[in-house]
Amino acid sequence: MSRTPLTLVLLAVVALALGIPASAQTPGVTATEIKIGNTNPYSGPASAYGTIGKAEAAYFKKVNEEGGINGRKINFVTLDDGYSPPKAVEMVRRLVEQDQVLAVFQPLGTPTNSAIHKYMNQQKVPQLFVATGATKWGDPKNFPWTMGWQPTYQAEGKIYAAYILKNLPNAKVGILYQNDDYGKDYLKGFKDGLGDAAKKIVVMEQSYEVTDPTVDSQIVNLKNSGADVFFNVTIPKFAVQAIKKVHDIGWKPVHILNNVSASVGQVLKPAGLEAAKDIMTVQYLKDPTDPQWKNDQAYKDWLAFMKKYYPDGNTEDAFNVYGYTVAQTLVHVLKQCGNDLSRENVMKQAASIKDLALPMLLPGIKINTSASDFYPIEQEQLAKFDGERWVLFGEIYDASKK
Amino acid sequence: MRRFPTLPVALALLAVALVLPFMMTGFRLFQFTQVFIYAIALLGLNILTGFNGQISLGHGAFYAVGAYASAIMMDRWSVPFLLTLPVAGLLCLVVGFLFGIPALRLEGLYLALATFALALAVPQILKYFEHWTGGSQGIVLSKPDPPVFLGRADAPLGLKLTPDQWLYFVTLAVLVVLFVLAANLLAGRTGRALVAIRDNAIAAQAMGVNNALYKSLTFGVSAAYTGVAGALSAGAVAYVAPDTFNVFLSITFLVGIVIGGLASIAGALFGAFFIQFVPNWAQEISKAAPWAIYGIFLIVFMYVMPRGIAGFLRLAWVRLARARAGTPARA
Repeated sequence: MSRTPLTLVLLAVVALALGIPASAQTPGVTATEIKIGNTNPYSGPASAYGTIGKAEAAYFKKVNEEGGINGRKINFVTLDDGYSPPKAVEMVRRLVEQDQVLAVFQPLGTPTNSAIHKYMNQQKVPQLFVATGATKWGDPKNFPWTMGWQPTYQAEGKIYAAYILKNLPNAKVGILYQNDDYGKDYLKGFKDGLGDAAKKIVVMEQSYEVTDPTVDSQIVNLKNSGADVFFNVTIPKFAVQAIKKVHDIGWKPVHILNNVSASVGQVLKPAGLEAAKDIMTVQYLKDPTDPQWKNDQAYKDWLAFMKKYYPDGNTEDAFNVYGYTVAQTLVHVLKQCGNDLSRENVMKQAASIKDLALPMLLPGIKINTSASDFYPIEQEQLAKFDGERWVLFGEIYDASKK
Repeated sequence: MRRFPTLPVALALLAVALVLPFMMTGFRLFQFTQVFIYAIALLGLNILTGFNGQISLGHGAFYAVGAYASAIMMDRWSVPFLLTLPVAGLLCLVVGFLFGIPALRLEGLYLALATFALALAVPQILKYFEHWTGGSQGIVLSKPDPPVFLGRADAPLGLKLTPDQWLYFVTLAVLVVLFVLAANLLAGRTGRALVAIRDNAIAAQAMGVNNALYKSLTFGVSAAYTGVAGALSAGAVAYVAPDTFNVFLSITFLVGIVIGGLASIAGALFGAFFIQFVPNWAQEISKAAPWAIYGIFLIVFMYVMPRGIAGFLRLAWVRLARARAGTPARA
C-alpha cells in the first residue's frame, strides 16, 4: 500500500470518529443532510405571504443542485399553519419533536411566532430569522434562541426621525397611526428617534381602529393642526383612503408613508398616481418592478432563479425577493458553521454576521449581528414616488446608530 | 336485534386512551389533546344544532370567550388552570343564555346569520379591550404544570407526569365527565323535549314543552361546553390571540358536527378527529392546494356517509346485526 491511500484511509477514519458522533448528537444533521423546519400560511387569511415559503424552498433546491453546504443537502420541511397560532404550535412541535429539525427558520407572522416563542426557547431550538416586523424578536437576554431578520417597525420610525431632524428641523409633524402594537411600534421608534425634540416637532397624533370605516375626519384634524409633515402609519386599505383625502382637501404636507403600504400596485395606483406623487417611504430590498434594476446583475440572477426553480412564482412580487434574500442569509450562517452544526453554533454564527451584503439588498445595505444585537437588518434608504415608481435618494440610514 | 354495546366499547376506548400517553411523543399527545378539546366544543354545538335544531355559525365566539376568560384569570390573578375551567364554563353559560333570548325570535337561516355576526365581531371586540386581552398580540401563558405530587420524581405509583401528559389527562377527564352528563341529559325528558322542539315546535308546545325556556337554556349549555373547550385550549396552546378565533373556526366546528354525525354524542368525537387530522393529511398530499384536497375529502365523506360518521357506523351495525339474524338488510 502506498502512502497516499493510507493517509486517505486514516483521514477517513478520523473524519468518521470526529464527524459522525458529533452530528449524530445534533438532531436534523447527518453526514449528507441538514434538516430545516418552517411554517408558512399556505392557506387562510394571510395566504398571500405563502409565496415566501415557496421562494425559500426553491432557493434551497438551487443550493442543493449546486452541491449543498459543505457537502450536505438542505432538507427544507415547510408546513402550513394557516396563520393560526394553535396550528403553528402543533406544526412547530411536529418539526421539533417528530421531524427533529436542526432549526425552525422564518416562521411567519407575529401571532404565530408569539405562540411558539416560549416553547422554542425552552427546547433550545433556534427560531431563526422570523418573518415579522415586531420589535420583541431581538431580545437575546431573555430569548437567546429567537432572532428577527427584517428591519423592525421601530427601526423604520427612527429612520424617518433621523431624516426629519436633519432635513426639516422646523417641521410640524402630524401622525396618523393604527391603534395597535404595529402602529405603536412605529410611533415609539419615531419619537425615540426625535428624542427631546419630539415634544416640539410632533404637533398632533391621530389614531384609528382597524374596524373604522374611514380615516377622513382624522385627516381633516391633522390638516387643521397646521402640520406640514404627515407621517402616515396605516395598512394598505387606510393608506389609500388617507392619500386620497389629503389630496382632495388640498393639504400639501411632506408625506411619509410607512413601508407596510409602499406597494405601487396595491396602494398608490388605487389612491391615484397624481395624489401619490412625492410621497416618501423607505426600502431595503430591490423592488422587482423598479426599472432601474433591469440591467442589474443581481436582478437578472434572481429572475433566472425564479424562471428555473419557481416558475409559478410572480416575478413582480417583492415577497419572492424577500424569500430569496432571507434564504441566502441562512445559507451564509450554515456555511459559517462549518462542520459544527450544533444548535448552539447555529445561533452563535447567526449572531456573528459581519457586513454581509446580499445581491438583492439595496447597494450599501449590510447585515450585521452580534451577541447583543439580534436585529440583522437595520439600514434602509429613503425613496420618493415620482408618479410612476419609487426613486431612491439620499444616504443609507442606520437605525442602530444614534 | 341486538343493541350496540355502547358501554363496553366506550370503556375499552377509555382504557386505550389511558395507556396512550405513556407510548407517544409530546407532539402526538398535544394533537390528541386538541382532538379531545375539539370533541367537547363539537358536543356543545351538536346539542344546540343537532338535537335542538338551532344552527349556529358563531360557536367560535364562545370558544374565544372561554379561552380568554381562562387566560385572563391565569395571567392577571394567577388562578390555577383547573379552577378557570368551571368559571369559564359558567361565564359562557350566562353569555350563551343571554344571547339565546333574542335568538328565540330568529329561526333557521336568520339565526345562522345572527350567530355568524357574533363570530365576525368577537376577534375585533377582543382587540378593542386591549388592556385585558393584550390586543392583537394576545396573552402569552405558561403551560400549566402538573400538581406538585405528580410532577415529582417520586410521584405515587411511579406516575411522574410531563406537562403534556398532565394536560392530556385533564382534558380526557373533562371530556368523559361532560360526555356522560350530556348523555344523561339527552337520554331523558330534557333530550326528548329538545328533539321535539327541533322536529315540530308547535306540537312540542302543545304537549306542554316550554319552548322559549328550553331553547335559551340549550343555547346556554351549548355555549358552556364550547367555553370549557376554549379554556382547555388556552392551557394546551399556552397562548391566546384574536387570530385564533376567526370566522373559520366557527365554520370548522359546523363541519365537524356534520361530518361526525348530527344529533349524535359519539359523532362529536369522530368530527373532532376529522377537523384535527384531515387538514394535515390534505397538506401532505398537496401544499399548493390543501383546501381543494380538504374539499374533496368533505365531498367524499358526505357522499359516502350522508348522516356523518356516526350515522354510517349505526347503519353498518344494523346491517351486520340483520345479516347475522338471517334477515336481508334493508335500511
